[in-house]
Amino acid sequence: MTPVSTIKKSGFDYNAMAVLGICIAGAVWALLAAALGTDAAMRIHAWIILAGFLTGILILAGAYSNGGVEVDRREYNESIVRYGVIASMFWAIAGLLVGVIIAAQLAWPALLQFEAFPQINFGRLRPVHTSAVIFAFGGNVLIATSFYVVQRTSRVRLAGGVWPWFVFWGYQFFIVVAATGYLLGITQSKEYAEPEWYADIWLTLVWVAYLLVFLVTLARRKEPHIYVANWFYLAFIVTIALLHVINNLSMPADWLGSRSYSAFAGVQDAMTQWWYGHNAVGFFLTAGFLGIMYYFIPKRAERPVFSYRLSIVHFWALIFIYIWAGPHHLHYTALPEWTQTLGMTFSIMLLMPSWGGMINGLMTLSGAWDKLRTDPVIRMLVVSVAFYGMSTFEGPVMSIRAVNSLSHYTDWTIGHVHSGALGWVGFISFGAIYCLVPWLWKRKSMFSRALIEWHFWLATLGILLYITSMWVSGIMQGLMWRAYNELGFLEYSFIETVEAMHPYYIIRVGGGLLYLAGALLMAWNVYKTIRGDVADTEEVAAQQPLLKPAQ
Amino acid sequence: MAKKPNPIWSWHKRVLEQNSLLLTVGIIGVVSIGGLVEITPLFYLDETIEEVEGVRPYSPLALMGRDIYIREGCYTCHSQMIRPLRDEVERYGHYSLAAESMYDRPFQWGSKRTGPDLARVGGKYSDEWHRDHMRDPRSVVPGSIMPPYAFLERTPLELDVIPGRMRALQRLGVPYSDEMIDAAIDDVRTQVDPFAPGYDDFLARYPGAPVRNFDGNERVITELDAMIAYLQVLGTMVDFSTYEADADANLR
Repeated sequence: MTPVSTIKKSGFDYNAMAVLGICIAGAVWALLAAALGTDAAMRIHAWIILAGFLTGILILAGAYSNGGVEVDRREYNESIVRYGVIASMFWAIAGLLVGVIIAAQLAWPALLQFEAFPQINFGRLRPVHTSAVIFAFGGNVLIATSFYVVQRTSRVRLAGGVWPWFVFWGYQFFIVVAATGYLLGITQSKEYAEPEWYADIWLTLVWVAYLLVFLVTLARRKEPHIYVANWFYLAFIVTIALLHVINNLSMPADWLGSRSYSAFAGVQDAMTQWWYGHNAVGFFLTAGFLGIMYYFIPKRAERPVFSYRLSIVHFWALIFIYIWAGPHHLHYTALPEWTQTLGMTFSIMLLMPSWGGMINGLMTLSGAWDKLRTDPVIRMLVVSVAFYGMSTFEGPVMSIRAVNSLSHYTDWTIGHVHSGALGWVGFISFGAIYCLVPWLWKRKSMFSRALIEWHFWLATLGILLYITSMWVSGIMQGLMWRAYNELGFLEYSFIETVEAMHPYYIIRVGGGLLYLAGALLMAWNVYKTIRGDVADTEEVAAQQPLLKPAQ
Repeated sequence: MAKKPNPIWSWHKRVLEQNSLLLTVGIIGVVSIGGLVEITPLFYLDETIEEVEGVRPYSPLALMGRDIYIREGCYTCHSQMIRPLRDEVERYGHYSLAAESMYDRPFQWGSKRTGPDLARVGGKYSDEWHRDHMRDPRSVVPGSIMPPYAFLERTPLELDVIPGRMRALQRLGVPYSDEMIDAAIDDVRTQVDPFAPGYDDFLARYPGAPVRNFDGNERVITELDAMIAYLQVLGTMVDFSTYEADADANLR
């Protein structure tokens, strides 16, 4: 007789019933929308949504026919973090690939856009790229690492039984619904908030579940103090909920139709959107990833966080000031000038808490700087913080109205975003995943250290090509737009400025390809490590004792 | 050595760091302030939107064109917001007013000019130019990097969704009357046919709207009709002969 499993399982409890109920309700709505939807795009999209809910019901049936999800409080829930790591890797490749494709479309427009396939025109693929890298890749990294960190620093199993799984699968489902919607032309056109009303409602549900799982886990912690990384994760989860709900308030044209209209119009809508948009940067791409920095850098460097007081000051200052910065996206527009000035002022002030975070991250390396030479993962984490410092210096500069009059509407903005996204968000995520994979799959180290080195250098070169080409093309285009000839006429037609971009658009494709190549090497490395093909080349401390809360 | 600890640090350590709910409430409080100060006044300060004459809701055909503009992601490359800078005003026309997008839900100001600003593109080019340009942008602008949109002229416009969409906008406060919504589909047919019986009523409802066959195809109302009807009305509504930029009420 086989030994009786000692792992405690939940059985089919109320939580499972609630999730099942949500899936059934969603499936019924999707079926109705597929049959009776008011517009053609809705009727197609609804089939995809129906398939998603049916898959959810199947996954539930599979899990509960085996006795339910594991709920053994003596063990951490590492299984969900493993899923999150794999999902992050998948979406990283997908998002970067789409990025390279749309960069190539701008470089060779006749080559990659087909009049028979409007689904893959630049206008529809661009939100696929931004959502895939920010929300799919970044979001999965944040969910996975936050679930790992909150358990370890609270010394308690993730709360909620089936709900963390609802968060994980529900979030993947949201991404698929959003991306397929863009391809079908279903979009609200609010940048980084493109998904239509039904996807927004679904994300709200998933996000509330995420917040509750995180909060209940924190509440059950066995450590007296909440570790600093968790403050940042909490600020990220709470504020994103607030931003998402308010910016997406809208009136659907029909409960079985894909189109909705924003609750706000014109200038108020613009302000609400950029309050959201800039804080998607501030709380999704900054606060959340600072949470990663505060756990993984001290852990990997085996040093305590540099300054406890600095972490308090920069935490509260960062979240207070970031919220005000949105209007710098609207300089010289029809937004009243007092709002623009407030936005500019706070954007400049934002330099201080941003650099406070950078200093706290970098100085954590004190006494361990030699690891920069010996450990490519530490190097990746540290270079990431350096890029964070660079783009949080560039940002306040660009938010000055006079500078913005040149940079706005140009590729300079695109370059700025990518130094933050590829340098800071990308590298800190890759670094965290390189730490997590051996820890989670109980390997001595990653499969190949040389591949990590290759990844680091390819990606760094790619970032440099990307941001330098965008600096040149952006500043050049801004100057060409405002150039006058000696007779007092505008010197260049618009199309001349477009033609001048061409070489830089090609360089950008090259930079993107290098970055993508690095990520592919990483995926291979992760795959081999998970399979257990670990070579005996490197000594990395496997599981280390739990971190003490910051002192 | 025994310095008295600063009460702020010890309060943070004792209270906020040991109570996840208080920490959450603190975060919500701190992140709410900026938005409240910057956004809420825009809804009640009268001078946020200038007093101008001529801005009206889009005709049903232009509204559908706008939805197609959104669907295709035109906003990813084209702004609709001319800044009050010398070169922009000379290149594109009078700088944009807040009043001009007061019925735009959502706004289409954009953030990037991979292509030129479109806030005042209305009337700048002929319908024929737009047709050629949509079919193959490089046939009229050789250096263009815009994708082709030839499928628009082959795709019949979805008409039955229009009243529902106007109703949703009406609920949000856009001044569409019930009469306008009832007449919406007829108004689409009228706008592409100057000899239609509803011509006068249509122009009474949507003063100044261009009425003609936009895509050059009389047999079917296509998405290209809607798109061109939208583009041709952009930036044309405000009567700048009666607008005083330097009036006190318009200084913001």
